Amino acid sequence: MVTNVTSFGRSGLSDWLVQRVTAVILAAYTIFIVAYLLFSPELTYQQWAGLHQNILMKVFSLAAILSVAAHAWIGLWSVLTDYITVRVLGPKATPLRIVLQLGMIIVTLAYVVWAIDILWGI
Amino acid sequence: MTTKRPVNLDIGTIHFPITAIVSILHRVSGVILFAVVAVLLWMLDTSLSGPEGFASIRDCLTSPVAKVVLWACLAALAYHMVAGIRHLIMDLGIGESLEGGRLGAKLTMAFSIVLILLAGVWVW
Repeated sequence: MVTNVTSFGRSGLSDWLVQRVTAVILAAYTIFIVAYLLFSPELTYQQWAGLHQNILMKVFSLAAILSVAAHAWIGLWSVLTDYITVRVLGPKATPLRIVLQLGMIIVTLAYVVWAIDILWGI
Repeated sequence: MTTKRPVNLDIGTIHFPITAIVSILHRVSGVILFAVVAVLLWMLDTSLSGPEGFASIRDCLTSPVAKVVLWACLAALAYHMVAGIRHLIMDLGIGESLEGGRLGAKLTMAFSIVLILLAGVWVW
């Protein structure tokens, strides 16, 4: 079995499933938010804050940002390991890819912390 | 070695099949969306900071530049979601043949264009 230490779940099959489960969560969240905004053209701050103060909405939003983190990790891992390779860019590709992957992971973690800070700061 | 070997390096005659275009656009839109998350979190943060922040986002979205940026974000999101749903449908074993794959790619393009146009109507 091919494994890679920088992949999300350390196994392609695990990454495959995580990518799909997170995709479904993100599609549901996107459709919900778009529908909510479409049906509230005169949205006020009170309504908007009230929506996000609801504990169910906080759980939904938290699930969405955690899904973004896993989904982006797996997706960007796929893109980086496909294009930033020794075959394409020569021997410097491996250190460059590690730096880019590390940067991607730092940005992803920052997104999660930022989202939690927003959601529990209302 | 025969000198009359066929040569076909005329780039004008070589092009990606639609399935490859749909695939690469899924990747490109995904990479773009990674940056879009920062824009969306900033909008959420500001809009929930208080009535003034909420109003500032509302005012900001009246500017033409902000509308174009928001539309681009929604376009990447719409395309990525439609192409992702195609993947989920193919995981069910539907559209896995060559013709099925081509039809799925065309449908992905068609649904995305409709959603992107609707997103434009919504933003403006």
